[in-house]
Amino acid sequence: MKSAVILFPGTNRENDAIAALEQASGSKPQLVWHGETELPKVDLIMIPGGFSYGDYLRSGAMAGKSPVMRAVADQAKAGVSIIGVCNGFQILTETHLLPGALMRNAHLKFICKRAALKIENAETRFTSKYDAGQVVKYPVAHHDGNYFADSETLDRLEGEGRVALRYCDDDGVVAPETNLNGSQRNIAGILNEKGNVLGMMPHPENAIDPLHGGIDGRGLFSSMVEALS
Amino acid sequence: MSNDFNAIEITPELIAEHGITEEEREVLMNIMGRMPTYTELGIFSVMWSEHCSYKSSRFWLKTLPTEGPQVICGPGENAGVVDIGDGQAAIFKMESHNHPSYIEPYQGAATGVGGIMRDVFTMGARPIANLNALRFGSPDHPKTRHLVSGVVAGIGGYGNCMGVPTVGGETTFHPSYNGNILVNAMTIGLANADKIFYSKASGIGNPVVYVGSKTGRDGIHGATMASAEFDDNSDEKRPTVQVGDPFAEKLLLEACLELMAGDSIISIQDMGAAGLTSSSVEMADKGEVGIELWLDKVPMREEGMTPYELMLSESQERMLMVLKPGREEEARKIFEKWELDFAVIGTVTDTRHLVLKWDGEVVGDIPVPPLVDASPMYERPWEPTPKAVEIDAASVAAPSSLTGALKQMIGSPNMASKRWIWEQYDHLVMGETIQSPGGDAAVVRIPGKTKGIATSSDCNPVYVKADPIEGGKQAVAECWRNITATGAKPLAITNNMNFGNPERPNIMGQFVGAIKGMSEACIALDFPVVSGNVSLYNETKGEGILPTPVIGGIGVIADVAKSMNMALKNADEELVLIGETKGHMGSTLYLREIEGREEGTPPVVDLAVERRNGDFIRDLIDAGLVSACHDLSDGGLACAVTDMAMAGKLGATLSLTDSGLGNHVALFAEDQGRYLLSTANADKILEKAAASGVPATIVGKTGGDALTLGDGDAISLAELVDAHEGWLPNYMAQEA
Repeated sequence: MKSAVILFPGTNRENDAIAALEQASGSKPQLVWHGETELPKVDLIMIPGGFSYGDYLRSGAMAGKSPVMRAVADQAKAGVSIIGVCNGFQILTETHLLPGALMRNAHLKFICKRAALKIENAETRFTSKYDAGQVVKYPVAHHDGNYFADSETLDRLEGEGRVALRYCDDDGVVAPETNLNGSQRNIAGILNEKGNVLGMMPHPENAIDPLHGGIDGRGLFSSMVEALS
Repeated sequence: MSNDFNAIEITPELIAEHGITEEEREVLMNIMGRMPTYTELGIFSVMWSEHCSYKSSRFWLKTLPTEGPQVICGPGENAGVVDIGDGQAAIFKMESHNHPSYIEPYQGAATGVGGIMRDVFTMGARPIANLNALRFGSPDHPKTRHLVSGVVAGIGGYGNCMGVPTVGGETTFHPSYNGNILVNAMTIGLANADKIFYSKASGIGNPVVYVGSKTGRDGIHGATMASAEFDDNSDEKRPTVQVGDPFAEKLLLEACLELMAGDSIISIQDMGAAGLTSSSVEMADKGEVGIELWLDKVPMREEGMTPYELMLSESQERMLMVLKPGREEEARKIFEKWELDFAVIGTVTDTRHLVLKWDGEVVGDIPVPPLVDASPMYERPWEPTPKAVEIDAASVAAPSSLTGALKQMIGSPNMASKRWIWEQYDHLVMGETIQSPGGDAAVVRIPGKTKGIATSSDCNPVYVKADPIEGGKQAVAECWRNITATGAKPLAITNNMNFGNPERPNIMGQFVGAIKGMSEACIALDFPVVSGNVSLYNETKGEGILPTPVIGGIGVIADVAKSMNMALKNADEELVLIGETKGHMGSTLYLREIEGREEGTPPVVDLAVERRNGDFIRDLIDAGLVSACHDLSDGGLACAVTDMAMAGKLGATLSLTDSGLGNHVALFAEDQGRYLLSTANADKILEKAAASGVPATIVGKTGGDALTLGDGDAISLAELVDAHEGWLPNYMAQEA
């Protein structure tokens, strides 16, 4: 699997993303600067976490208008796989590659902790190594992860199996108490219509080493390698 | 036109308003041989402020031990540099931002974090971990909630955006901080030992370059404000608090490191307190050269700024560099890529003067050596702190319920979990955090290596107040112990000395005592001071804070996979107490929380015993003989076992044998140099301990879902966790 990682001024989890991609695929991703208008030919484009352009407008709003994101949108249309994590998810909603928006966490504070997540759809190129209903743990680290979409969109996402992950408890129970940021229907990650674009708030790239306290994140990267190699 | 800038008439009153005493005015006049211009007066004012000149503390700071084979660079540069093997160096320092954080908690704390990170990356290191030591007033004080909320958000807002994990620290409350909170931020960076950047300017004619954000009017006289006591009008000083832009700093970090990868930089210095003034003076002084600055070339945020304002502004996210000749364009390209300002604003000269020009006309001219060397240094009068009363353990009454007292203690503001705080900090970014916040010391791995750095910040101000010498010793020992408890070898410390008004002999006595105690401990534990910061005048209306010399230490561990934490992991293991329990009850948490008495001598640290016990613990961890380890500190044995049980979600039973002390004393005494271990190898450990002459006793067993103290006095872990985890979120959720 050949991959590329997009870098904006203010991106800060690129090394975490690079480490995870390299661990799973055996090769280093190419790095693409935000001003580029063309992308290398790759199987996967990853938009990592951080604070692109400081996120001084809305999170991801400035990055969504950057030259490189026009190229990413073209690639998405052409069927290339794209994963956006945290700020990457915010950027994907700002470019409308994914529906909805990520608002300030309901409790208004930044939150960094290991979160339990329920794999809702294990039949995607990103999640095939997991079982449907499986509970995995990845860390979250965000201020604006409160997923919002109108109920029509939410119904559609659910109906089409496009909710990839939800916040749950250790036993997989999805409830208001397990919703760590106020997201509609506990949504932590969603897919686009064609299933080639995934956006998610949690960080699988920070759960790939036993010394991280768990390796649940590896399944996501190995799923992609299997599907895209 | 330019001389209009200095049209303001310099009067003795104006000089006094700049915080310069009559005596200092005489020295100033001798140096200049004439009345200073307004711009020059401003420069003297900040350079001779307590904050920049360390005039009250320098005499004593010089007595601290600062050397060792591990030390690459001790105090005097932007941060301390320590060898961590493999040709790598850890660069670290702690710095206070107390006064600004009280006035404007979000920006004050945020720029404190930004400032300390710049101190580290200006030396060529990528920051890999942040810590912060916070002290707030009484939880009942009407401002406390607002200050906690703002400071924590500010620290998170800056550190999170920078992508540097905030991995540790401490937060406590005490009424002495009601009008004067403490915000001490620490950063650890990683550099190649042969590629460290210093501030010494050289090369006559070389360009002096300004990079980073533009200069505005924020923070003018911040250093002077940080050198005065607060009064009722302190809120009016808000405009002197700087405003942080973490995004600009992130760009500055990446641009500086990119430029540093080449060889075009001769010297570099961040613009922190006293901005352009202190950075240029520092570079010229260290290099024994002069610097000429063309102030009209400084990138400015607003129009109409004067030389006085430019020299004194504390706008954030700026650096000053001296480049090799002809390398300006190469450097400019990097900064333009990162969309940062880049301007050649001066040149290195052989005059040893700081000469300021505006459109070619001189607006200030100060000889650098006397500005620095003749800066005031006071050997302020001091009196030793009177000896505190000795608390006889036998006079301390037993509580009606041991588990009841324990629950009250671990749910008290100072002992309660600070999860509400550290979950607002990204402690995982970079993917190298091995031991997260909430333990004895945090551990971060060095990228691409198995080794890691363990780090902790510590101080028990109640001990220091009762006996500054013992308290100073204890702060160093506690930090050393926390690092040891992870299995790491302690290397060096940074100290952040937070005290009241040094012009009062009793406060100066606290400072002197703490320095003496720290020195003793640093020597005995081979734990030298490589950087530090002093914050004095932490007083409001004549009321000083508790003396708070915070120690930030680092250690190195060869294999982070072997690093230990406090969480109990296996049932049916033995709990082994290392070290001797004599039953010291003075200045303890028990006395404060259960009896409402803040008094008595603090526990004495026997440094030889401390070292022996710590070395023993490190060997046990390295040999793989323990499954959990925790040092004993506030609240003694009972609070330690509770921490371990809560962290591991596994119960434990302490068997209380008749030690002749009384159970509450055995459980809550705060004797030093002790650790609690969980192990399946108790026999082997006791054998080794006997051979090494280390006191070791089996004090209990792991297992179950409750904590049992002696025969049948049990409390469920769930109840303890509720008390421990509940206090801070509940407190913060209440309306002010």
